[in-house]
Amino acid sequence: MKYTLAVLVENRPGVLTHISGLISRRAFNIESIAAGPTEEVDTTRITIGVEVEDEFELEQVVNQLSKLVNVIKIANLTYVDSIQRELALIKVRANKANRSELVDVVEIFRAKIVDVNRETLVVELSGEESKIDALCEVLTDFGIIEIVRTGRIAVSRGPVAAKDM
Amino acid sequence: MKMLGAEVVIECLKAEEVDIVFGYPGGAVLTLYDALFKTDFPHILTRHEQGAVHAADGYARATGKTGVCFATSGPGGTNLVTGIATAYMDSIPLVAITGQVGVSLIGKDSFQEADICGITTPITKHNYLVKKIQDLPCVMKEAFYIARTGRPGPVLIDISKDVFNDTLDFVYPETVCLRGYRSLFAGDSNQIDLVIEALEKAEKPVIFVGGGVNLSGTAEEVRRLVDVTGIPVISSLMGLGCIPSDASEHLGMVGMHGTYAANMATIDCDLLMGIGVRFDDRVTSLVQNFAPEAMIIHFDIDPAEVNKNVRADFKVIGDLRWSLPLLCEKIAERNMGKEQWARADWVGLVQEWKREKPLASSLPAGGIRPQAVIEKVSELTQGESIIVTDVGQHQMWTAQSYNFNAQRSFLTSGGLGTMGYGLPAAIGAQITLPEKNVILFTGDGSIMMNCQELATLADNGLPVKIIVMNNQVLGMVNQWQRMFYGKRYSHSSTKGCTDFVKLAEAMGVAGLRVTKSEELDTVLEKALKMKGPVLIDVLLPETEDVLPMVAPGGRLDQMVLRGIIG
Repeated sequence: MKYTLAVLVENRPGVLTHISGLISRRAFNIESIAAGPTEEVDTTRITIGVEVEDEFELEQVVNQLSKLVNVIKIANLTYVDSIQRELALIKVRANKANRSELVDVVEIFRAKIVDVNRETLVVELSGEESKIDALCEVLTDFGIIEIVRTGRIAVSRGPVAAKDM
Repeated sequence: MKMLGAEVVIECLKAEEVDIVFGYPGGAVLTLYDALFKTDFPHILTRHEQGAVHAADGYARATGKTGVCFATSGPGGTNLVTGIATAYMDSIPLVAITGQVGVSLIGKDSFQEADICGITTPITKHNYLVKKIQDLPCVMKEAFYIARTGRPGPVLIDISKDVFNDTLDFVYPETVCLRGYRSLFAGDSNQIDLVIEALEKAEKPVIFVGGGVNLSGTAEEVRRLVDVTGIPVISSLMGLGCIPSDASEHLGMVGMHGTYAANMATIDCDLLMGIGVRFDDRVTSLVQNFAPEAMIIHFDIDPAEVNKNVRADFKVIGDLRWSLPLLCEKIAERNMGKEQWARADWVGLVQEWKREKPLASSLPAGGIRPQAVIEKVSELTQGESIIVTDVGQHQMWTAQSYNFNAQRSFLTSGGLGTMGYGLPAAIGAQITLPEKNVILFTGDGSIMMNCQELATLADNGLPVKIIVMNNQVLGMVNQWQRMFYGKRYSHSSTKGCTDFVKLAEAMGVAGLRVTKSEELDTVLEKALKMKGPVLIDVLLPETEDVLPMVAPGGRLDQMVLRGIIG
């Protein structure tokens, strides 16, 4: 089963090494990891997508991560009502003949075209991972040159912040 | 007052009441060593950085205080790695301070540069790279706080050479501010009520003690618990000493080389109360078959230990110094007799197992039984010594045959199983406990892994007694090859030209040798009475097995009780 964890960490040198080191040492199955600054200057928020067999394995992931000295708080966003998003940039082959068809696809997905030239264009899409997967699949027919994805980030609905959960 | 960074380190050590440091100098720590010189701070020069870290570990295990070691950058730091991992696996409080190249040289593959923080991340509780002198006092304070609070562990501080040479108006912080670090003491006392209810219902309970009891110094509480309830006790390797080995309730060590009684009790019990244990695979064997009938109760300070290997029905998370006195108190309040906590038929059954199959040797008469060596030392020391081992057959024989009766009296590398641990650890223990007999049981394989520390031993006049259980093979490897690899003894013989007596003498340690069983008692008696360090080379038969043995993946009640000889 897949879970989404919001991990708040102190923004100190080496903190990402500690987290990635722990994940590899304990052989946790991490699907995605996305980090960035937060509303607090010294705090970084890392959203970790993890795939585990059962609740016991999840408990291990959370407990082991919690032991890291720089980890302030871990909130499990899987069971709370939350918004999950990922951003993708996809470079696709596009020529005169198929460009309008491609534009149609982009519109259906409510994606954006952010760069165009004679041979290619770059599509930007944010949304749930499954939506991005679906777009990528359709674009395969046109010829994908490269895909860049951020990994999912998540925030709960309602007024409570992850740090107060 | 303005102070050099190197002096700041020394001042911090004083503030943390560190009374000795083990280490080895080098380029990046020259200023630090200069400060040691100027302040005359106590320091033991080992002959290898690995010796320094194991010595600091032995010091910590014997006293409960935080061990400290120094090493230079690059190879100095990497030579600490095995020792840090050893301490990490056994939760030993340690602060390792390494020098790092100058700030502008970091990341440039400079001379003697190694990313020791990166290297030690998976084997430290936490680590720091200090590049600014302003950070130094705070980092030192945090490092000691983290190493010794909660579940103890090693912390490494990598300090750039520039920081040692920089100056600062030194003020040692009084408190630490670590937003993400909680060292839990008291937990949920309701859980203890649930545990007592479960204990009342149990018909065949067992108490399983581990290293956490030794680390927290709560052997007295465990003994009270056993006195009041009469519940049979089994012990992990790291738990030995919590309860006297010869106590009637004590069934011995459990696991791969556990006693018949302890292993049978684990399979048959209906309640197993683990106290400061981590259910290591050498204890559980195949985890699905571990204590299959039992309700599992787990007392531990580390929430991540619960449900890691074995699923617990009840967990009591918190410091044993909080939970065990409370448990004893609540049990006393029940006013129940021993026969109500531990039923007579169950106690009778486990005692029957104990009588039926005591530890046995499979050797034919004639040669020196390795167990006899340990039994004799046990008799001569009356359990009053600090016993240190290396890793292998001699370690298991010591665990099985020595009569321990005090906490922190058995120093051994349990989790990592580090050959070469013993001699430097014995040095660390003897330095801090000069009045104690410190005895090292080692093997002809293990002693060679840090034999250079014989020089440290002799030069510091430390009266450690080293007993080399010399069977001229890497015994445990040899045993597995005999049992599971068709007696193909691939590279497990150490037979050769090495003369351990001469080796000892060359470094200034007295050497004795025992070749016949008739000589054993007199030589051991003589050696233990000698003033300085002594190495006793005891020649043993090659093919004695450590028994009982549970084959890897087997169930604990499927023990090999008789060895394969030849």
